[in-house]
Amino acid sequence: MTAENLAPAIRRRPGAPARELARWGYGLLGILILAVVWELYKFLGPADGVVIGDARVLPRTSDLAMPHTWDMVARLFEPVTRSDTANPLWLEVALAAVVTLGIAAVGWLVGVVVGFALALVMQRWRLAEWGLLPWIILSQTVPLIAFAPVVRSWGSRIEIGAFEWQDWMSVAVIASYLAFFPIAVGALKGLQSPDIIHTELMHTYGVGWFTTLRKLRIPASVPYLLPALRLGAANAVVGAVVAEVSTGMQGGIGRILIQYAGQASGDPAKAWGPIFGSIVLGLAAAGSVAILGAILKNYRRVEITA
Amino acid sequence: MTTQTQPQAADTTDAVTVRGVDKTFETRSGQVHALQSIDLTVSAGEFVSLIGPSGCGKSTLMRLIADLDQPTAGSVSVFGKTAKQARLDQDYGIAFQQAGLLPWRTVSANVGLPLELHGTSSRERTSRITELLDMVGLSDFSDRYPDQLSGGMQQRVAIARSLAEKPDLLLMDEPFGALDEMTRERMQTELVRICAETGAAVVFVTHSIPEAVYLSDRVVVMSPRPGRIQEIIPMALDRAPAAADGLREERAFFDMVTAVREALHTGSPVPSGPRGVENR
Repeated sequence: MTAENLAPAIRRRPGAPARELARWGYGLLGILILAVVWELYKFLGPADGVVIGDARVLPRTSDLAMPHTWDMVARLFEPVTRSDTANPLWLEVALAAVVTLGIAAVGWLVGVVVGFALALVMQRWRLAEWGLLPWIILSQTVPLIAFAPVVRSWGSRIEIGAFEWQDWMSVAVIASYLAFFPIAVGALKGLQSPDIIHTELMHTYGVGWFTTLRKLRIPASVPYLLPALRLGAANAVVGAVVAEVSTGMQGGIGRILIQYAGQASGDPAKAWGPIFGSIVLGLAAAGSVAILGAILKNYRRVEITA
Repeated sequence: MTTQTQPQAADTTDAVTVRGVDKTFETRSGQVHALQSIDLTVSAGEFVSLIGPSGCGKSTLMRLIADLDQPTAGSVSVFGKTAKQARLDQDYGIAFQQAGLLPWRTVSANVGLPLELHGTSSRERTSRITELLDMVGLSDFSDRYPDQLSGGMQQRVAIARSLAEKPDLLLMDEPFGALDEMTRERMQTELVRICAETGAAVVFVTHSIPEAVYLSDRVVVMSPRPGRIQEIIPMALDRAPAAADGLREERAFFDMVTAVREALHTGSPVPSGPRGVENR
């Protein structure tokens, strides 16, 4: 037996410390560039903005329309109101963000379950794919603003024993409505991804659909599922924020987004607090899926054919 | 080094019996006759190669034996059972042109896949995997993933996997087709050794004449449109492990290569020239 020492070196996976650091560096650089562009335009741009015809394509450069970046950041550390007991703005935003994140997480989970179930049905029966997929795509064209109050009013009629429909549940349902779509599509693609050679191999082993699903299709779907889950997480956050606004739910970041925007004429920098908050929220949601990806990293290996 | 699998009850039953098999595929442009009146018997422990130009149905024939397709007419039996029953009983192991390893499984988990699917206890599995990896010379690579292996090594893992359940029949569809010539020759030598060790019958699809000659007890030459058996040529080479290496340079080897070539060219004389050079 000849020993073969021709094994290619183990491929280095991205994520070596230096590269990781560089990636964070580039991220921060991007934010910095954005801030510099903002300040440059504010300094150099015309006071009334750039108007083409009747349309203002670039905003006014006044402090009201475009507060200084440092003012926006500084405002985060000032109290929300003039009251002595008021929390600093960042804390208020963070508390609201946590509420929204929790609701979005529930919506995401519901979306994962529903999306994956739909994908399974569509994978199992070709007919179901033809029948369901167009509706799934169509479902995403329904405007959320129109849809939210309907969910809320339907929900308010649900009362089973001690269980009573809460406002946050409507928000979670709407978040899941946005989250399930990429998951259903991604999971379907993933479940259909095994090569014929693999499905035939399972056939030669004489195992049924369920075992093939468990040992082949689900593991093979991971590389497709992870981006779908990340997209779903971001969608759930967007859905939750928008749904909070359109159902008028208290306590979440959607509410203070509207509330502070109303106060912008007197306190322009304050309105940016919840905006930053929702950005961080989206990043946090998408980032938690990255943790899932790290756990499942062996399922992300791609086969290299000789 | 490894267990000697005695073909049980196979001394009395042929490994594969194909009787009057036709296979037609329905395509948009009409019917395609992939196979026509095929009769073939593979004895237990025999190494039979199917060779022929593209479209001669050699892969289709192997797929019928594997119960991956069903014949339009005629019958296929494996160890006296229907092809389907033989598949469900795991009477054969199979290897394709691509290794077809599951990328998220380590080498040993890939080799152990069929055992795992059929509920072999984990202790038995571990010892069998060790044995198989030893047989294909990959003991040091058991914890690697397929993407960390060369093509030849991947293919050896696939062969180990096909042997996992000690089948008495191996079906191989151009398993070395994607490998470079040097790796290919080494794999052929190894396959001869593994077959001698396990005593399994083999149906081997290839389009390489020297490969078929080197490996086989009999070479089945097929012709296309419709796929038919042109000729079955018995090989008479000394395949004892000691002689296996020098076999490719022997006179008898080249004579057999010529015989298969002539059969492939349906009797038309093979153009003269250095023999055994253009041989794929």
